[in-house]
Amino acid sequence: MIGNILLLSMREIRRNVLRSILTTLGIVIGVAAVIVVVTLGAGTKAQVQTEISKLGSTMLTVFPGQRRRSGAAQSAPPFEIEDVNALRRETVMLSSVAPMSIQRQMVVYGNGNRRSQVVGTDREFVNVRNWDLEAGRLFSAAEEQTGKPVCIIGQTVKTELFKDEPYMGNVLRINKASCEVIGLLEPKGQVMFSGDQDDVVVVPIKYFQRRIAGNTNVDQIYVAALDDSLVDAAQAEVEVIMRERRPSQPGAEDLFSVRGVQEMSTAFQSSTAVMTGFLSAIAAISLLVGGIGIMNIMLVSVTERTREIGIRMAIGAREKEVLLQFLVEAAMLAGLGGLVGIIIGLAGAMALAPLLNVPFIIQPDMMIMAFVFSALVGVVFGYMPARNAARLDPIDALRHE
Amino acid sequence: MVEGDLSAKAHDGPVVSFEHVAKVYGEGEMAVRALDDVSFDIYEGEFVAVMGSSGSGKSTTMNILGCLDTPTHGRYLFRGVDVKTLTRDQRALLRRHYLGFVFQGFNLLSRTTALENLELPLIYRRISKSGRRDMAMEALHAVGLENREHHTAAELSGGQQQRVAIARAMVTSPSLLLADEPTGNLDTARSQEIMELLAKLNAENGLTIVLVTHEEDMAAFAGRRLEFRDGNIVHESKSQAA
Ligand SMILES: Nc1ncnc2c1ncn2[C@@H]1O[C@H](COP(=O)(O)OP(=O)(O)OP(=O)(O)O)[C@@H](O)[C@H]1O
Ligand SMILES: [Mg+2]
Repeated sequence: MIGNILLLSMREIRRNVLRSILTTLGIVIGVAAVIVVVTLGAGTKAQVQTEISKLGSTMLTVFPGQRRRSGAAQSAPPFEIEDVNALRRETVMLSSVAPMSIQRQMVVYGNGNRRSQVVGTDREFVNVRNWDLEAGRLFSAAEEQTGKPVCIIGQTVKTELFKDEPYMGNVLRINKASCEVIGLLEPKGQVMFSGDQDDVVVVPIKYFQRRIAGNTNVDQIYVAALDDSLVDAAQAEVEVIMRERRPSQPGAEDLFSVRGVQEMSTAFQSSTAVMTGFLSAIAAISLLVGGIGIMNIMLVSVTERTREIGIRMAIGAREKEVLLQFLVEAAMLAGLGGLVGIIIGLAGAMALAPLLNVPFIIQPDMMIMAFVFSALVGVVFGYMPARNAARLDPIDALRHE
Repeated sequence: MVEGDLSAKAHDGPVVSFEHVAKVYGEGEMAVRALDDVSFDIYEGEFVAVMGSSGSGKSTTMNILGCLDTPTHGRYLFRGVDVKTLTRDQRALLRRHYLGFVFQGFNLLSRTTALENLELPLIYRRISKSGRRDMAMEALHAVGLENREHHTAAELSGGQQQRVAIARAMVTSPSLLLADEPTGNLDTARSQEIMELLAKLNAENGLTIVLVTHEEDMAAFAGRRLEFRDGNIVHESKSQAA
């Protein structure tokens, strides 16, 4: 029976193509908005995840003092190289630990110069950041020990300063110091929260302290957990050790803080949440408007077709069948609107994704949900008109002009 | 339910009977007594012509016979069952399975093709798609409209619409055919043809027919005649044809 009713409804919709299109416009817009939002949302999320894994999902950063949202850092003594050594000695959950002091400095080679990120660290750096060399070698233990003026450069520094010239063995000037290039890092690319990762010069921490910073500080310590699943345990372990090394007043805040890469993305994600909320509100409103549009047109349709309903009843349609026909018609209208909305939404998301620099990810379950939901809107808003139709008296309906 | 009720009673009595049926439209001052006090029985296989002047209550009688309307007073029995006691759904099923109705105003779905109009009662009868098509085509053929199957009702002439309406009433092979002036818009030759078709269905298949007509020629095909005036039957006769 439902097959026949679908057939009857389809005939009716075909008969009023233009009206059907206009009726479903609200639904189309609503569903298209939803699809754009969820598709781009998924793309953004995936993008953030890749960024995180670029930074290293097992990585934790230890800062001296508490990092406040306001930016005002609590005054706490800086780390020293001994803190790094303590973490290396006393932890079991960490695969690697590296000191990390960073300054933006003018880097000069020949006539070229640029402000690049200068990083003071040691060999462990490549393990913590999960970042291999493309050419050359890492610092030797002796070079680290003595703070020898050697450096490893990132791809941007290589292309911008050396262009096509050989870089290996040549000497870069950093501020007033200089260093010999011994290695080249693999390209890492843009990372959303830290800019161009490849615009970097890596030097031994000891050299950094002596020639660039002029102190014995270690700004931050990067540590990597043995495994994704051990990040929390590793953080707890680091906290225990650091608390011992820099005790604070009972009840007071720690004199250090540990942050994962995941946390860095939360600010970003909360800004997309606002966007998602806004578009979802648009979607909800247009679905509501769409539903009312369908109710309206179905009420008109029932009045217009009163005679037809009478005829159907006269030749043997039951109340239930008339009700079902109008309900199916409303659901089909809304469902078709949903389908068109899905297609438009996908096209929109496909066009927008490259502009927002996020991947285009199709989500079939969301599409099915959008379709079912729009059909449901049809059923809900079509019920009242359908019931009106079904309750008509056949003889009155037949007399209707 | 209705199928069971009505067919299980291997009914010997009349197919339909009116017992002192009155029908009053409206109330108080405005009340119109369309039927005053009408009683008759119609038996299986009868071909009855209902005649009478305009406004005498013929269509009202047909509507009650067709279970579309109910008497204000008196009883209308269909195979012994008081139609008033049936639910709306039971009446719908009764119409679906036993009745064919040709309305005075045709009552076709105007934006629907002739073929689809004929398929409609078959759809409600759950006839399969191919069966439906064959039956509809056959009925169209019987009224001489086989080349108009894809025209919508609105694209057909009055006479053609009337023929589609007749075909729709017959397509389900009902046991009672109610036809309210089915040949009103047709020329004599075409009317004659239709009447011959009805007479044949009556004679060969035992189809019970109640036909409203103004014309002597048409009434001549019927075996029995009921004449209405002002809501009453004033004359009843058996014709020699019976
Ligand atoms: N729905 C209605 N409301 C009020 N009065 C009605 C209604 N239907 C019919 N009548 C009245 O009932 C009377 C009988 O009408 P009916 O339609 O049965 O006549 P008829 O014999 O079929 O006439 P015709 O030959 O013109 O078709 C008429 O006086 C008519 O005005
Ligand atoms: Mg009449």
